[in-house]
Amino acid sequence: MSDITLNAAAANPEATPRNPPVATTGPIAWVRENLFSGWLSTAVTLLLGYLIIRSVVGFVDWAFINAIWSVPVVNGVAQTQSCRELHGAGACWAVVTEKHRFMLFGTYPYDEHWRPAIVCVLFVALYIVSAMRRFWNWTLIPIWAVMLTLIGILMWGGVFGLSYVPQERWGGLPITLILATFGLAFAFPLSILVALGRRSNLPAIKVLCVLYVELIRGVPLISLLFMASVMFPLFLPEGMNIDKLLRAQIAIILFAGAYLAEVVRGGLQALPKGQYEAADAMGLTYWQKTGLIILPQALRLVIPPLVNTFIGFFKDTSLVLIIGIFDLLTAGKTAIVEPAWQGFGVEVYVFVGLIYLVFCFAMSKYSQALETDLNRHSRR
Amino acid sequence: MSDATVDPRFRRKPPKRPLRLSWADERIRGIVWQILVVGVVGTIFYWLWSNTAHNLEVRRIATGFGFLNREAGLPIAEHVISYEPTDTYLRALTVGVLNTLKVSIVGIVLATILGTTIGIARLSKNFLVSKIASFYVEVIRDLPLLLQLLFWYTVMQGLPGPRQAFHPTEGVFLSNRGLRFPALEWEGAHTAAVVAFIAGIVLTWLYGRSARAKQMADGQPRRVWPAAIALIAGLPVVVWLAMGAPWTIEWPALRGFNFRGGANVSPEFAALLIGLVTYTAGFIAEVVRAGILAVNQGQWEAAQALGLRHGSVLRLIVLPQALRVIIPPLTSNYLSLAKNSSLAVAIGYQDIVSIANTTLNQTGQAIEGIAIIMAVYLTISLSISLFMNWYNARIALVER
Repeated sequence: MSDITLNAAAANPEATPRNPPVATTGPIAWVRENLFSGWLSTAVTLLLGYLIIRSVVGFVDWAFINAIWSVPVVNGVAQTQSCRELHGAGACWAVVTEKHRFMLFGTYPYDEHWRPAIVCVLFVALYIVSAMRRFWNWTLIPIWAVMLTLIGILMWGGVFGLSYVPQERWGGLPITLILATFGLAFAFPLSILVALGRRSNLPAIKVLCVLYVELIRGVPLISLLFMASVMFPLFLPEGMNIDKLLRAQIAIILFAGAYLAEVVRGGLQALPKGQYEAADAMGLTYWQKTGLIILPQALRLVIPPLVNTFIGFFKDTSLVLIIGIFDLLTAGKTAIVEPAWQGFGVEVYVFVGLIYLVFCFAMSKYSQALETDLNRHSRR
Repeated sequence: MSDATVDPRFRRKPPKRPLRLSWADERIRGIVWQILVVGVVGTIFYWLWSNTAHNLEVRRIATGFGFLNREAGLPIAEHVISYEPTDTYLRALTVGVLNTLKVSIVGIVLATILGTTIGIARLSKNFLVSKIASFYVEVIRDLPLLLQLLFWYTVMQGLPGPRQAFHPTEGVFLSNRGLRFPALEWEGAHTAAVVAFIAGIVLTWLYGRSARAKQMADGQPRRVWPAAIALIAGLPVVVWLAMGAPWTIEWPALRGFNFRGGANVSPEFAALLIGLVTYTAGFIAEVVRAGILAVNQGQWEAAQALGLRHGSVLRLIVLPQALRVIIPPLTSNYLSLAKNSSLAVAIGYQDIVSIANTTLNQTGQAIEGIAIIMAVYLTISLSISLFMNWYNARIALVER
């Protein structure tokens, strides 16, 4: 063997040593492949890199280096001159430092703020428990019942030595979480019934469900909320009145129900027909067939789009601002009405936006993880 | 498995069984359920209706749309058609509908362009481009639209006043009163030129169609572009010249505390448009990305084997096929943009919701006001979905 190599080298003694082949692994190769693969790619990378560095530096300057984190308060009035002198060169986080309690909990009595704070923690715990597949069985129902009772006790009070807080004083993040959670808890069963109804053989039921879904999906949520706030009092007999939060909640449930129904219907349609026929052949009744064979499979198919719809509704609860219900966004908007804080809207909306972002981002990551998890059987 | 092998006796429909008056009969059960459900729903609606009628009577609210002919007396800052506060409610509401349509149409066009760009950028081989695009999509989709609208409106209000307005070039001013720029004084000749332009497009399309038909018949390719240029560009210019070629530019100038002359984009409209476009583009980007990924990898490889460049592969092979997957979800995004434009009421852009809301507060006609809002949006939704269904059917794959 060595002879052959030696001979080959000897046969061509003047052969210049060739360069080693271009690396295809390692960080340098990665950079060449993904950032500088051609003149266009290089130009785009350089331009974007410049813009990113510029904007990151600008943002850090605004949000941290030039920012003001607190201002003195004289006689209950914040002295915001130092913030105004920045002329937008730096963020005035003092508005968040000063007003965060108001933004998070609204006009809830100040000394009792620990109660809505615990409520928010309970809600998050409830979401985490519901997200764990270990709990996807009947145990979820008592867990929800207990949690929601606890939340009700904490918010209203009036028992166990807690002072009573009327509903008009609730506000901020708990309202957003209440609207979203109750909305989905009621809209989800409703949507399953409507989706089944829309696929039913009974013409009258089918027509009712189609009308409900199409009418609701054809109009914006605002018009339903206006209906709840302006028209609903006309619907009820004299003397009977439902409070505004509950009316908005009903509107959100009806709205979410129609959209979720379409998602669930997608799952029902995606299920192979053989499953329906096999269940019929077993002699199962309609409800046995639906509850034991169809829904478990159909719902599993649509979990990722369901979570996406949930994210949409979590965001849409902010629309109650327009009819004057005190949710997180309304609280943020109200915080800057005070003359001292006028003009610092950007800081407030960044703060409120971060809270929404945390919730929605968690849900969307969860949905992606779940999708990979549930599709494990079909992955090659 | 063809029909011939099936015993014809089995192909007959089963004989119709007489109805048995028993719970065990499926059809009887169906009828009972339907009567029950319709009865319950009907009762609820009847109850609500009778309450409403009673309440209206007690509060002495006259129902009906007679109020539409009364003088509105509400000022509207932005109007596509001429409007004065002394006009009727009907005219005010029409202005509102036109404002909604204006922001929806402009928004749909811009959101499609931005969304497609970002969707394609997410698939870019350049790491930086794809990461920035996915960052944009993640953040925009996780923030409530209303929050974004309020944010943009705050940013608009934070712009300097008219006296310190940004003044990049002659005649352009950006201030908290909006964007002012020079405008052409509109005359009949311009309208005629626009009509000629549209006519030119239609004629070019017809000419192209007949040219293609002739090419199909005799195999001779025919040049379309000279006629196209003459019709689309030449015709409007000729019409405009024939009508005296009017050309007066109106320059905006600062008078006192505000600008006079020129055209204006109000801060409300700008905030609403920016919010709607950036938000919807995040969703459209995902739709476009999913559509492109849905095209079989073999199509990419086959196109590359033919020697097409990346851009040509995308334009000629992949996008036409991806469109079939993209159109249905794109339609629902267009619909949600049109519906989301109703959030304008929160930042004071006077769309149909805002004007109908003012109307119902002024007149007390709550039911009629909300009925008008719903009717307008139902009409818009149904028209968009009808058009998109037609388009979808046109581009659908013709299968056996």
